[in-house]
Amino acid sequence: MYHSLIIMVIVVKYFASISDAIGKASEKINIQPGVTADDVWSDVSKDKKYTGKVMVAVNHEYVDMNYPLNDHDEIAFFPPVTGG
Amino acid sequence: MYIEIINEEFDPWQKLVEYKRSQLKDKTNIGACSVFLGTMRDINSGDTIKSMELQHYPDMTESYLEKIVDSSTKKFKIIDSIVLHRVGLVTPSDPIVLVATWSEHRDEAFEATRQIMESLKSEAPFWKKESTDKGFRWVEPETNQTDNTSEV
Repeated sequence: MYHSLIIMVIVVKYFASISDAIGKASEKINIQPGVTADDVWSDVSKDKKYTGKVMVAVNHEYVDMNYPLNDHDEIAFFPPVTGG
Repeated sequence: MYIEIINEEFDPWQKLVEYKRSQLKDKTNIGACSVFLGTMRDINSGDTIKSMELQHYPDMTESYLEKIVDSSTKKFKIIDSIVLHRVGLVTPSDPIVLVATWSEHRDEAFEATRQIMESLKSEAPFWKKESTDKGFRWVEPETNQTDNTSEV
């Protein structure tokens, strides 16, 4: 039996205090099918000092943390917004 | 509808006059205009604020502002509207946000301008970083703001 390993590439963006905590503004990471926004957040934020609330958007739309990601998605993590 | 993210100091009143002259001169059914202007104040949470950096999420910002304005336009039968928002470094008294709506009657314009502002503050991806005597700090959202967040 032959099993192929499917790898998807996504872009992860960080803004405001989350960008400060992660130490970067964006990065590309490889994920496997079925990975959710929460899985990505758990991975990128481990060992980072951020304890506040997190908002998440995929392809410029707000989504829940259980949102399943697709190849070439752009996911963004940021704190509650404070414009105006 | 006109939406612009501006990365330099701007004169909101000049922008309004220019827009009215260029885009609204033939819209003779307009009977009301409501304008909101938000400016930077030099005090927050008891501290003096020297300046502020406004960050945003390009593309998502414009997309959400369009959705917000489109929703209010349909709900309140707005004839036209304009939203301008600063990004970059601002100092006290600088304009930050201008929202103006035009309608046949005042109630629609008042309501639409307010709804656009409230939605902008809770949904549009902007963030403020203040410079105080104690250093830099990110501004916390107002407690009565709509909660779009996910706890982690």
